[in-house]
Amino acid sequence: MVNSNSKGGSSLEDFGIEYASAIESTSLVNIKDKYGLFIDGNFVDSSSGKSFKTLDPSTEKPLSVVAEASSDDVDRAVRAAGVAYEKYWKKMPGADRARYLFRIARHLQERAREFAVLETLDGGKPIKESRDVDLPLAAAHFFYHAGWADKLEYAFPQRQLEPHGVVGQIIPWNFPLLMAAWKLAPALACGNTVVLKPAETTPLTALLLAEIIRDVDLPPGVVNIVTGAGETGSAIVEHPEVNKLAFTGSTEVGKLIQRSAIRRNLPLTLELGGKAPHVIFEDAALDQAIEGVINGIFFNQGHVCCAGSRLLVQESIADNFIDRLQKRIELLRVGNPLDKNTDIGAINSQAQLERIDQLVKAGIEEGAEVFKPSCSLPENGYWYPPTVLTGVQQSHRVAREEIFGPVLVVQTFRTPEEALEKANNTPYGLSAGIWTEKGSLIHWMAERLRAGVIWANTFNKFDPTSPFGGYKESGFGREGGMHGLAAYLKNSGGRS
Amino acid sequence: MSTSNITFRKTGSSIKVTPVDEVSLEARAASLATRSIKTDSKRAALHLAIRCMDLTTLEGADTPEKVASLCQKAKRPDPSNHDVPSVAAVCIYPEMVHHAVEATEGSSVKVASVAGAFPSGLSTIEARTADIADAVKRGADEIDIVLNRSAFLAGDEQRAFEEIVASKDACGKAHLKVILEVGELGSYDKIRQASMLAMTAGADFIKTSTGKISQASSLPRVLCMAEAVRDFAQQTDISVGIKAAGGIRTAKQAWHYLVVIGETLGTEWLSPEMFRIGASSLLNDVLLQLKRLDSGSYSGPDYVTVD
Repeated sequence: MVNSNSKGGSSLEDFGIEYASAIESTSLVNIKDKYGLFIDGNFVDSSSGKSFKTLDPSTEKPLSVVAEASSDDVDRAVRAAGVAYEKYWKKMPGADRARYLFRIARHLQERAREFAVLETLDGGKPIKESRDVDLPLAAAHFFYHAGWADKLEYAFPQRQLEPHGVVGQIIPWNFPLLMAAWKLAPALACGNTVVLKPAETTPLTALLLAEIIRDVDLPPGVVNIVTGAGETGSAIVEHPEVNKLAFTGSTEVGKLIQRSAIRRNLPLTLELGGKAPHVIFEDAALDQAIEGVINGIFFNQGHVCCAGSRLLVQESIADNFIDRLQKRIELLRVGNPLDKNTDIGAINSQAQLERIDQLVKAGIEEGAEVFKPSCSLPENGYWYPPTVLTGVQQSHRVAREEIFGPVLVVQTFRTPEEALEKANNTPYGLSAGIWTEKGSLIHWMAERLRAGVIWANTFNKFDPTSPFGGYKESGFGREGGMHGLAAYLKNSGGRS
Repeated sequence: MSTSNITFRKTGSSIKVTPVDEVSLEARAASLATRSIKTDSKRAALHLAIRCMDLTTLEGADTPEKVASLCQKAKRPDPSNHDVPSVAAVCIYPEMVHHAVEATEGSSVKVASVAGAFPSGLSTIEARTADIADAVKRGADEIDIVLNRSAFLAGDEQRAFEEIVASKDACGKAHLKVILEVGELGSYDKIRQASMLAMTAGADFIKTSTGKISQASSLPRVLCMAEAVRDFAQQTDISVGIKAAGGIRTAKQAWHYLVVIGETLGTEWLSPEMFRIGASSLLNDVLLQLKRLDSGSYSGPDYVTVD
């Protein structure tokens, strides 16, 4: 699968040298036959008795069976959160709340390998990413927000701060544990209690996190985790005793939630889709820009809301750049997500695979040229090769709709003005990337790009201190940093 | 600010050089260093590392005996196992060349000599080319000279360039390796510029370091040079070799270099004709790893010869 980028097309393998398939051991992970809902500090069955399967997308083998929360279960969870808010959490000094958050963070670090393997099994992402990105960042979010819990009055001085109370949070399947951390840590630090719903294809790490939450003796009901699909989510959204909603996921579902929240004048944070422009100017550090583009679109199989999915490359270097990019893509290793050498893992679900396939076909029908490397894909499981579509016009569906897979569309531009115009011409506005060695051009672009996060000469860098969120149909409200705290407090002066 | 071109004042011509982003370059090198290798491929990798090795001694205290002993080790690194290949070359001072030529006669081991006021390069170009010509006359197959960093860093790229051209002339049929002394260049941009300059001036190989200063070869520095080599090959169809030298002591480090070269330039470069590792203590670690593959257990430093 490793192909050389030289003229001969030989590989290290041809030379008698093969990379080891260094498979991470799954012995640390103990997956139960079935999982209950985590309500009021206990794991309980769903009242309806309904459940659903979660599987390993790289093999299609079922991993476990998970309880499906009915609206009655959601009601129980919300009530438990309400009681916990009044009884414990509202009264607890910030410094004590911090101690719980620090403890969760430390437990996550101690069990990082176990979590990383489980995340890879349930979601299909490469172990090197769950190990080096998801887990360290998840722990960092708890550590960071633990630090704020007793200092909120310094973040927002001269204000009568107050938590919202019960917060309903719904998270996606692309970074299951990390998104749970992004949501739980600030909510808890600010004194709210939570009902959280993980995505139905990736519930297992959130349920393992529930074990940690129980192990650190967090008062019962402060965090409740209910598993299920759309109906469970809508029960949370519609529940009258939920005081604040936060959602990360598709723009389509986000709009439904917004309608419901507006009706009840409920504070809401939405972090939705994206179609991020990744702009390469002719004076960029080209070899590193290639790495940035690769990371931007193929990180986590492109299942990233801020993925750099629209490559805008300056005309004068376009042919050379695309040629180099394709040679580099030949070197990507697609396969077993548990292999430490794997660069691209499995697509998260059958449904997502079909969506990617359908959009790429639409792109080809509209006249795009397709490039796929010569790598072979495993027979079982959900797989899509890293793909580049060139000859794409601004009006093509693939240039406008979020594909949420390892598919890069390429357009060219002549002047910075044209780059900016194309970059901003999208209903989305989550992130953007700029590559140039000219500092003034970075500033000129960054001032004018309508995107919540702008990376210059790098891509996909995350940090709990840095606010993350979108413009336009990519959502509103911020997560991380002081801006993220504001979303979980009344009267903070920020968007809540 | 990064200069993306080197312009020669006299001729007005220029070489296009791609800028380098330090953070991403180092991240890429670090990620390549996490590739792991199959156990049954390890022997091939270790043999390749040996075949690409320049066994080096560059001490004021070198003696003909020491050089003879080095040559013996170069030809037959493991006296107990004839499957272990010879190294590519021995690298020595000009005064030692004829001893080395004698000791390696009839073998595949090449004789490389440093020359041209090594390691500073701070003599007149006449003195340096005379030194090179002398080493070649003594029988050296390969000449390792240094880039004139003093001129290059002061902005006199023209002079640095012309000196390499003159050195290449003095080499005749001998192969010319140009040492950039990357530890003195101060940035990856300068490493990339120096690489392009040396290749354009006629270097057959570009080499990282003299081994005489503490800052020597590193994975990102070699990655940076490899990217320049790839650019140069793309633009001119001329394939220039790379030599990493200094600070490479373990078999694992050597393997990381092979990965960087293999993934950046392709396997065409994974041969002694295109890639060298200059080292003095690396060979014994590689031999110990090979012995372990055979016996299943580690022996110890007394089971390989000191030189």
